[in-house]
Amino acid sequence: MFERSSDRSRYPEVVDGKPVVDLDSEKYVKIWHGPQHPGITGNMSLELILCGDEVVDCKTHVGYLHRGFEKLMERRTWIQNFPVVCRIAVPEPAFNEYLYAAGVEELAGIQVPERAQWIRNLNLEMMRLASFLAWLGGQAGAFGNSTIGQWTVTHRDYLLDLFEEMTGGRIYHMYMVPGGVRSGLPDGFEERLEAVLKKVEKLLKEIELVLLNNSVFKARAVGLGYIDKDMIDRYGITGPNQRACGIKRDVRKDCPYLVYDQLDFEVITGTASDTYERTLVRYQEMHQCIDLCRQIVGRMPKDGPFHQPLPNVLHWRIPPGETYVKAECTRGEKGYYLVSDGSLYPRRICIRGPSYTHAFPVMEKLAIGTDIADIAGLMVSLHTYPPEIER
Amino acid sequence: MKELFERLQALFAVTDFHQQRADLGFLSIPKDHAEMLIRHLRDHEGFTHLVFFTAVDYIEDGVFRLVYMLHNYGTKDTLGVHVDISRENATMTSIHELWEQAGLYQRELKEMFGIDFPGSPRLDEDFLLEGWDEIPPMRREFDTRAYAEATFFPREGRTKSDPRTHMREQLYPDPDQE
Amino acid sequence: MRRANRKDEQELANDGLTYPDTEYFCKTRPVPVGPQFKAMEAVRNWARANSLAVQAFGTGCGAVELRPLMTARYDAYRYGITGSPTPRQSCVFVIGGYASVKTLKRIVVSYEQMQNPKFVVALGSCTVNGGMYWDSYNTINRIDHYIPVDLYVSGCMPRPEALLAGFVKLKELIKAGKCEGANRYIENLDWYKANQKRVIKNWNMPDYNW
Repeated sequence: MFERSSDRSRYPEVVDGKPVVDLDSEKYVKIWHGPQHPGITGNMSLELILCGDEVVDCKTHVGYLHRGFEKLMERRTWIQNFPVVCRIAVPEPAFNEYLYAAGVEELAGIQVPERAQWIRNLNLEMMRLASFLAWLGGQAGAFGNSTIGQWTVTHRDYLLDLFEEMTGGRIYHMYMVPGGVRSGLPDGFEERLEAVLKKVEKLLKEIELVLLNNSVFKARAVGLGYIDKDMIDRYGITGPNQRACGIKRDVRKDCPYLVYDQLDFEVITGTASDTYERTLVRYQEMHQCIDLCRQIVGRMPKDGPFHQPLPNVLHWRIPPGETYVKAECTRGEKGYYLVSDGSLYPRRICIRGPSYTHAFPVMEKLAIGTDIADIAGLMVSLHTYPPEIER
Repeated sequence: MKELFERLQALFAVTDFHQQRADLGFLSIPKDHAEMLIRHLRDHEGFTHLVFFTAVDYIEDGVFRLVYMLHNYGTKDTLGVHVDISRENATMTSIHELWEQAGLYQRELKEMFGIDFPGSPRLDEDFLLEGWDEIPPMRREFDTRAYAEATFFPREGRTKSDPRTHMREQLYPDPDQE
Repeated sequence: MRRANRKDEQELANDGLTYPDTEYFCKTRPVPVGPQFKAMEAVRNWARANSLAVQAFGTGCGAVELRPLMTARYDAYRYGITGSPTPRQSCVFVIGGYASVKTLKRIVVSYEQMQNPKFVVALGSCTVNGGMYWDSYNTINRIDHYIPVDLYVSGCMPRPEALLAGFVKLKELIKAGKCEGANRYIENLDWYKANQKRVIKNWNMPDYNW
């Protein structure tokens, strides 16, 4: 890696954390790391001001995927919202379904049967694994290693096949209805899941050799995007980004939901909170997902109802009230705030996506001073998904 | 969380405490004291995490109900602070100095609801919508279906026919028409 | 060689631009391009059909299913489909799902910057009639009123096999000479531009971004 010159007289001075840049002087170039780009995590853009190779200012722009979900959900009845909700976070839809169902169940006072809780938990853990695999391909590809993207996306496809067996859809499952799940597990599902988990474990061993011990990856990722400990609460950073700083917080341990209080797992933390450490923390969390999937399959009750009958859903009125439910998705704390006023339609549903804080204030702060070639790697290491920022 | 509410009641004019779950509670406070309460919660009670900050439109009462959701990592409690502001000339003091992401939530509220936060950074820049010239879309008087039908080109759906009349015409055609 | 009559050449207004940007953009209207040698056209269409470069612009949900298509399991490369990083180097634009108004402006700019011959494949039911966001204030309902579409693949979302079937059909259409979307766009430029300007309120671009 080349060294940056310590003589900062040629770079703009920084006032209040923001550099003072005069665009008319021909020292700076403004480019758009824009929506049409192979190096971004979705459809969003960064407006970068460069001085040579170094980024001096960064502004995030979202809104390319804004569909007005919160307004649309106020126009649809409670059961009509259920297929709409999973499309809010496109690469990882199962958490939205679970949180919406959990919120509605809490407001309406519906009890979910035991077996349904275990099946939901299995679905969520498989979803975490699939999302991590896709992310890993992106992280390696951002540094030029596109072979790993081919491996991980193929293995994610095996998981999507399992999802199709379980729920009927590869990406959008629409499986977790308020009251339970829509169907039980098919025969022989556990053996097929175990076969896929073995394949993924073998792949992760190879990835450890190819990526985590790779000198190019280490040279580029170590020291990139350092998140300070006092930034965590000030910016509201959650998830592996926060755990890589050494702070031991996980929604699954702190406020257990579903059956997490009956499973054994540890919260994984790192020390140096740079891109390499975040990759390491997520890699270890992938192993944790595989272990949790095996535990869930081993401890699941073998029979029982998987769905609680609902009242007539076309005329379903939820008692007035409000609630906030949260879960730990791959990126951090995801939450749903539901307000009901006793009518057929929801009053307000607000979705708290973890990428909201990661893509804006954190990215804009971390990008200053990095190389233009590393911006893609930095953005992917924060693991932001634009659809849940703008719903 | 009851003890927390009693402690706050001694210092601020908080009302309407509602405990939704063991670790989730809501309370209300008038608009003028809200920022002091939130500062107190962050600095002295340990609610250091701003989970989100949004608004609910109660058009029939003429208020926006702002909801600040704060989380305490020490006791694992979540507290929602309700602040009612009027719908005409909706303004509120900004909390962007307490948390960095608050400026972003305030930008979104300005664009979607029309609530002004004087002093918030980059408040007038477009956040999600580009070139929007109607009223803020999340307000309840904005009819999104009428707007979509007027601006975009809706496609007519399939024609539906009642199966009973269709089968009757098929099997028993009108004898006068033969 | 017949020179076009000057009165027939209408200039593009370009009134979305301010000085000095007006000096940088072209004012002549684009003209439809016909085949150069009619006898060779069948061979050329065969060549075009077998070398499709898809632009790297994931506009919506459908982009998630494009990724598995390029891996070994579905292997779009054996059909001649590869990826390409910029609009200038690509010939297929896959519109993956819904298009919000902000994205539509970028879709139009990217589409006009692609070089001929260019084809558009629209994925998902949101491109056909607005899908489940039909009543949303920010998503458009029918993409073919804004840019010309050659092929629709319906579904929510279409599986990779459905996408491959769509690409196979696209190749048949190209070989039969029926994929004239680019020429259709230029012939009806006024209608397309009127539709676009009705929806995109902050029009600060030239009328044709070639």
